[in-house]
Order: sequence, then structure tokens, then C-alpha cells
Amino acid sequence: MSALTRGKALLTGKYRGYVVFVSVALLLLAVAPAALDPFRLSLLAKYLCLAIAALGIGLAWGQGGMMTLGQGVFFGLGGYAMGMHLKLTEAGDNGLPDFMTWSGVEELPAIWEPFRNPVFALAMVVVLPVVVATALGVLVFRQRVRGAYFAILSQALAAAFVIWLVGNQGLTGGTNGLTNFYDIFGMYPEEDSTKTTFYFIVVIAVGVLYLVARHIVRSRFGRLLVAIRDGEDRVRFLGYNPATVKTIVFATSAAMAGIAGALYVPVVGIISPALLGVVPSIELLVAVAIGGRFSLAGALLGGVLMNWARTTFSESMPDGWIYIQGGLFILVILVAPKGIAGLAGQIGDLVARRRALRTAPAPAPEPGVKEEVPV
Amino acid sequence: MSAETGETEIGGAETVASETVGDAPKSGLLELRDLMVVFDGFKAINGVNLTVGEGELRFLIGPNGAGKTTLIDVITGLTKPTSGTVTFAGTSLIGRKEHQIVRMGIGRTFQTSVVFEELSVLENIDLAATFRSPLVRLLRRRRGVSDEVAAALETIGLQDLADRPAGILSHGQRQWLEIGMLIAQGPKLLLLDEPVAGMSKDERERTGELLTEIARDHTVIVIEHDMEFLRRYASTVTVLHEGTVLVEGDVAAVQADPRVQEVYLGRKKEDAA
Amino acid sequence: MLSQLPIGLSIAGALLLIALGLTFTFGQMGVINMAHGEFIMAGAYTAYMLQGVFSGQAVLAALPVAFLVAGLMGLVLERFAIRRFYGRPLDTLLLTWGVSLVLQQVARDIFGAPNVNVTAPSWLDGRLTLGSVAIPYTRLFIMALAVACVVAIWAYMNRSKQGRRMRAVMQNRELASCSGVVTERVDQLTFFIGSGLAGVAGVALTLTGPIGPTLGTNYLVDAFLVVVAGGLGQLRGAVLAAVALGMLQSYVEFWTDASAAKVVVFAAIIAFLQVRPQGLFVMRSRALT
Repeated sequence: MSALTRGKALLTGKYRGYVVFVSVALLLLAVAPAALDPFRLSLLAKYLCLAIAALGIGLAWGQGGMMTLGQGVFFGLGGYAMGMHLKLTEAGDNGLPDFMTWSGVEELPAIWEPFRNPVFALAMVVVLPVVVATALGVLVFRQRVRGAYFAILSQALAAAFVIWLVGNQGLTGGTNGLTNFYDIFGMYPEEDSTKTTFYFIVVIAVGVLYLVARHIVRSRFGRLLVAIRDGEDRVRFLGYNPATVKTIVFATSAAMAGIAGALYVPVVGIISPALLGVVPSIELLVAVAIGGRFSLAGALLGGVLMNWARTTFSESMPDGWIYIQGGLFILVILVAPKGIAGLAGQIGDLVARRRALRTAPAPAPEPGVKEEVPV
Repeated sequence: MSAETGETEIGGAETVASETVGDAPKSGLLELRDLMVVFDGFKAINGVNLTVGEGELRFLIGPNGAGKTTLIDVITGLTKPTSGTVTFAGTSLIGRKEHQIVRMGIGRTFQTSVVFEELSVLENIDLAATFRSPLVRLLRRRRGVSDEVAAALETIGLQDLADRPAGILSHGQRQWLEIGMLIAQGPKLLLLDEPVAGMSKDERERTGELLTEIARDHTVIVIEHDMEFLRRYASTVTVLHEGTVLVEGDVAAVQADPRVQEVYLGRKKEDAA
Repeated sequence: MLSQLPIGLSIAGALLLIALGLTFTFGQMGVINMAHGEFIMAGAYTAYMLQGVFSGQAVLAALPVAFLVAGLMGLVLERFAIRRFYGRPLDTLLLTWGVSLVLQQVARDIFGAPNVNVTAPSWLDGRLTLGSVAIPYTRLFIMALAVACVVAIWAYMNRSKQGRRMRAVMQNRELASCSGVVTERVDQLTFFIGSGLAGVAGVALTLTGPIGPTLGTNYLVDAFLVVVAGGLGQLRGAVLAAVALGMLQSYVEFWTDASAAKVVVFAAIIAFLQVRPQGLFVMRSRALT
């Protein structure tokens, strides 16, 4: 075997996944920190945070068929859990977070108190989204509410959550949300070292969560999930309860969104209702659709690309960007419903078929499809 | 497995004996008593009594609208009966969810076969075989092929296609895959809804052999329209008509029964018109 | 206490006007039209534009015009995009969301981002006083409009040939098609009427406050909840659900505040779905989906 074919085998054979994973890891861990200044690196970290939330959507929607339009809620729960803790460390032992003083709150609300404890706060980053998602999942999936109905309900949850956040200024910081962090676990946010540190934390989180999601997808559980996506009612007759499986996966995707939100806070320095509502939640889903909903890597890619594009283009042409985004989106849905990753797959299939034709002595007959069903 | 102890309803078992025909045992594996299913005033099932004994191969026939599929839907939990009882191995099935009934050991196929097209043939069967293990264990990756999956694959003769997506299968192969999935579930009772509908002659033959093989160590109920298939493979037949049991007996007796002929001939006339 | 009643009813009226179109496009074609909100917006801006011609009477003149404008927009959307996605509701949701983004930006480019006002006709100034309850005429007008639209839709569905075809397609598309109904034409017409109703709703909303490019989005989520709670394509269901939601909203708001009201409404819907997972009224079907 020549070096060339061996190289080809690495790119197309069963090691392709590892090769891509390692290259991307190298790119993010070695190349990007060297090539980008801390500001740009911090921006990349922000996109990667959103990509984590997108990964969760890829799992729930792409694999499980649950079109969740309320992922902002879970992102927000994680973000607020983190933000509350940071605000409390800043305020000191008996102090109040700055926004509470401004809105005339005199005593720390009881619900804030336990968030002083960093362990509790970090646990809540995952626990809160999981609890809310499980409650919604159990109630909704058990009643076999699904598809478009579920999408609408999750969207309504996002709308209600944001209105509640805005309406409770003294408790949540209202429209402004939680911001002005000066002390992030002992680090000052504006410093370059802080930015770099959190960049690495985010990259590692992306890697770990991707591997977790990938493992789920490739396990029997993941196969079951796809089966439920394609024929929920049929799965019942295999002896499984789809509601349980869906709830577990929905909760997992919520946990990912929560982690994403929690990481977003130190990276970007704010968590506010404007980041969580109906529109940002849909935008996350759209990013997944453009990246490729049926592929976890596609979801990650979409999350990074779309948010990069938004930041880049909305600065240079704020109005034009919306036309581009809307137009691009309509185009993807019409032309490439499987997104960028799907396009790559289509091309890959084409190449593989060509090669198979060239190498195989005689093309194996396609079993099955030849027979027409007599009517 | 969810607990299925308690609430055993064997009441009426004594009256069953007089109604059962042929060599069926006295107390059946599956018993339907005074079953009624009403859809918006329409009586789809109108007082059906049916006993199927352990190890039996029972054919259910009847013209369209006789209530055959509805009957299977009731047994498998898809449709709630308006009144009446359904007991399986002494346990009531009424009010149980579909997956719970499967876990009790009842499997079924559908008229229009539904397999998971994106999964491979092997994965389809594998999923059917693993429902008894806890969900956490499903999080492990599948390594190799378990014995029961391999056996099911061999029985239906789709070994060569094991790694191909089920979406490429022909209509007949899909039906076999469904049967394979059923076998892998390890059920005590199999319900097959028109397994040879739309099949070519060869496929029918193959399915018939498959059926005979399965019936050797399972209790099977088959809904079938195809009279020739029935003559070749059936022993005991129950004829449904307008939601009630018209006749029950062995094939020859049922075919000779004037009421059956009338029902079927009547239908033929309609068809011709 | 009683004073909340007309508030609740007028919320219900607006919701119903929006939900009517949605429930039929969703029920008949399986389309989740996120651009429905922009048809509302188009209706509202139609009233705004007509102020130049009709000044104080623009609202009245706008009703038929907005119906046509929004209806035609819907027709164009159906022809060029949605038609290719029938039976794939989740894809239509994505697609129409893209359309909605673009339409909002178009509105921003034409009318500017800040909200604008439409002057209500002078005969809608003032209020009707019944004992202790004072009902602004504008709210009465919205309620009356909603009632008129429901009656018109009911008559259309039950009394006209086209309406009967529409019901046939909604209940069983294949069968209707086999029976000689040109389902494509029926779909177009349904989409036209549904979108047109959104335009009418938009005109009504100009009476409740200033309007802007994102006007429709704010109402759309609630209107979808009405559809879910009422049952797909169910006129009775939509009416009952809209009234229930409107009332719940206005009373919870009265007792607590607006932010709690949304949460309560959401919880109520989830609770309701525990009893009626498919909404108030259901079209029966034997299909295994």
C-alpha cells in the first residue's frame, strides 16, 4: 500500500472520524490561540458556547425529532445560575447585587441565597434545565403531544420565561439581565489571561460534550432514538416507552444548553432576556438546520458559522444581514434540507459510489428495490 | 418488566369450554369475552368471544369491515374497548399501554409493514430483541450480534442484507423483517395482520413456510384475506362478520358452512357491481 | 372584577382573528406559518398607509383592503414556497420563519423601525358604560369584528360549495382528491382566506396601540396556543380556546401581573393537554402516524 492510498484510507475509511476530530482539536487548541488575539479568541469562545447549545438541539431534533423552539430557556437557566453566583461573590457576604440596589430591593431574595455556594451554583447549571425539561417532557410526551405541537409549546415556554424575567426586575435584573461582572472566580474579565483561560475551558467542554453526544447516538439507545423519530408509534410495539426515551434525550439537550449558558456568562459578560427569547431560540435551531441537523458535527458547525456570520455581517451591514440570513435560510430549506453536513455527505456518497463501481468486478445487484408491489 | 401480578380475571373460563372448537385446550392463553368496540355509534366489534389456546395457529378471516384489525388493535392496546374483557395468560390487558402489553409477551405486525428505514436490518432486529434490558444498558455500544438476533435473522433468511438499511428492502422482505423482529422479541403470542397481502406467489410460499416454522413453538393469530393461503396453512379458523364471530372450526368445516359462503358470496357480488 | 371581562373578551377577539387563519392552514395543510405574524403586520401597515387617503376613517376602509393585501401575500407564499412542503410541518415552520425575517426587514426599510400610530375613527372614541363597567368602543369593535369573521367563516364552511370542499380536504385529503376535488385550488383558497384574516386582525390591532415591524410576532405565540388548545382546524375549538385564554390572561393579570399571567397561561395549557392531548375537538382518524 503506498503512502498515498494509506493517506486516502485515513480520510475516507473508518479512521476518518478520528482524523477529523484530532485535526479540529489541534486547530482549536493550538492554532487558534496562536493565530488570534484575545479579543478574537473570546469571540470564538462565544460562538463555541452557542455551538454547545446547538449540539443539544442536534441531539434532540436531528436524532430524536423533537423540534425544540425553547432552548433559550435552558440556556438562560444555566446562564442565570452562573450569573447569580458571580453577582453574589462580587457583592460580598452581606451585600446586594448592584441592580437590586438600583431597583430598590433591600433584602436578598431567599432564592438567591444558596447561589453563594459555588458548588450549588454549578450544580444548578445542569440541574435546573434538566428539571424543567424533564417536567415538560414527562407531561407532554406521555400525552403523545409531538411534532409541531411540541414545537409550539416549547416556543410558548420561551416566550413566557422571557416575559417573566423582564417582569421581575428586582429578582432577575429585568431587561438588562445580569451583567457588569468584575470578579469571575478570582479573575478579572477584561484581562487577556482570563479570556484565554475561558476559551480553553469552552473548547474542552465542546470536545467532551461532543463525544458524549456521539456516544449516545452510536449506542443502541441512539438507534432507538432514531427509530422513535421515524416511527414513534411503531416503537411502542417493540416494547419501549417512547416518552421515557424522549424525555431523557430532551433533558440531556437541556443540560447541554444550560452548560452553554453558564459558559457564555464569563466569556461574554452578560446574560439577559434578549439572548433567550423566541427569536434567539429559533436562531439556534436555524443554525442547526443550516449546519445539518442529522449530524452532530453539522450542528456544531452551524452553531459556530451562523453566529460568526451574524457578528461579522451585522456589524458591516446591519440591514443587509437580515436579508442574507433569511434568504440563505429559505435557500437551505428549499435546496439542501440536510444542511451543510448533508451536502458533504451527498458528495461523499457520490464519490464512494464511483469508487465502488470502479473497484468491484461487477456491481452487486441492489436487492429489494427491483420488485414492484402488486396491487 | 412492569409488574403484572394481581387482578387476574379468569371468570368465565368454565363457559369457554363449550364454545371452543377442535383440540383447543380448555383455558386459553388469550381470552376475549363479550368484547364491544363502538366508534361514534358504529359497532366495529359487537360482542366477540374468542379463545386461543397455547401453541395454537389461528386464522382470523372475514370481509372488509368485519372487525379483524380492530380486534388486534384492542388486544395490543391501540384501541380501547367500550366493554368486555381481554385476558392474556390470566391477566387483564385492558387499560394497559401498548409497550406494556408487548412486555407481557404479545407482539404484532401491521398491514402496511413499518420498519425503521434508516436503521440496518440487523439494527431493526437488535432493537426488537433488547427491550427487556434497562435503558442505561442500551447506552453501551452494540458489540457483535446476540444469539437470538442471529437466529431471527436466519429464520427470515435476510442474513445477506443484515448491514443494509431497511429502507432498501422490497415489500415482501419488509414483512419478513417485521416477522423477524417479532421473533426476536421472544413473545408468547404473535399477531400477524395480513402477512401475505401484496406479495408475489414465491413470497407467499416463503411466508407460509416461515409461518409454519414459527407456529411450531409460538401461539400465532393470523389475519388473512387470501383464501388459497388459508387452505394451505390454516388449521383452525375463526370467521368474523360485522363485528361478531360467525363461525369457528377447522378449514374444511368453515368453508362448507353456508353462512360463510353467503357472507363471502355477498361480498363478491358487491365487488362485481 | 367585572371590568376585566371586556378586556378578556377583546384579547380573545384579537387572538381569535389571528388564530382562525392559523388553525385552517395548520389543520388543512399541516403548515405552521411563522410568517402569519407578518401578514398581521401588513394589515396594520395597510391601515397606516390608507390614513393618507381616508384620514380618520382609514380603519374601516382598511378592512377589505388589508384582507386582500395579506391574502395575496399568503397566496404568493403558498405558490412559490409552501406548496413544496405539504405534510412536512416542521420544515414549513423553518421556511416561513425565514420569510418572516425578510418581511420584517422589508417593513423596516419601507416604514422605518420606530412604531407608528393609526388614528382610530372618531366614532370609536369614548366608551359604553354598563353599571360599573366601562367598555371602550374600540374594544367592542374588535369583539364585533371577531364575531363577524367567525360567522362569515362558519357560513363559508357550511353553506358554500367551496367551503364544503375545504372541509372535505381537511378531513381526508386523498379521498377528497379521488372524489374530484382539486385539492390544490382548495389549498390556495384556504391560504388566501387564512392570510387575509391575519390582515384583518392587523387592522384591528391598530386600535390597541402603536404598530411596528414586529407587531405580529408578539401575538403569534399566543395564537398558536389557541390552535393547540382548540384542536386543529376546529372553528368551535378556536373560539372556545381564544375566549378561555383571553379571560385567563386578563384575570391573572388583574390579580397578579402581566409577567405571571403568561406563565399561568402556559401552565394551564400544559394541564389542559393532560386531559385533552389533541385539543378540545379532534378530527378522528384511524391512521397510525
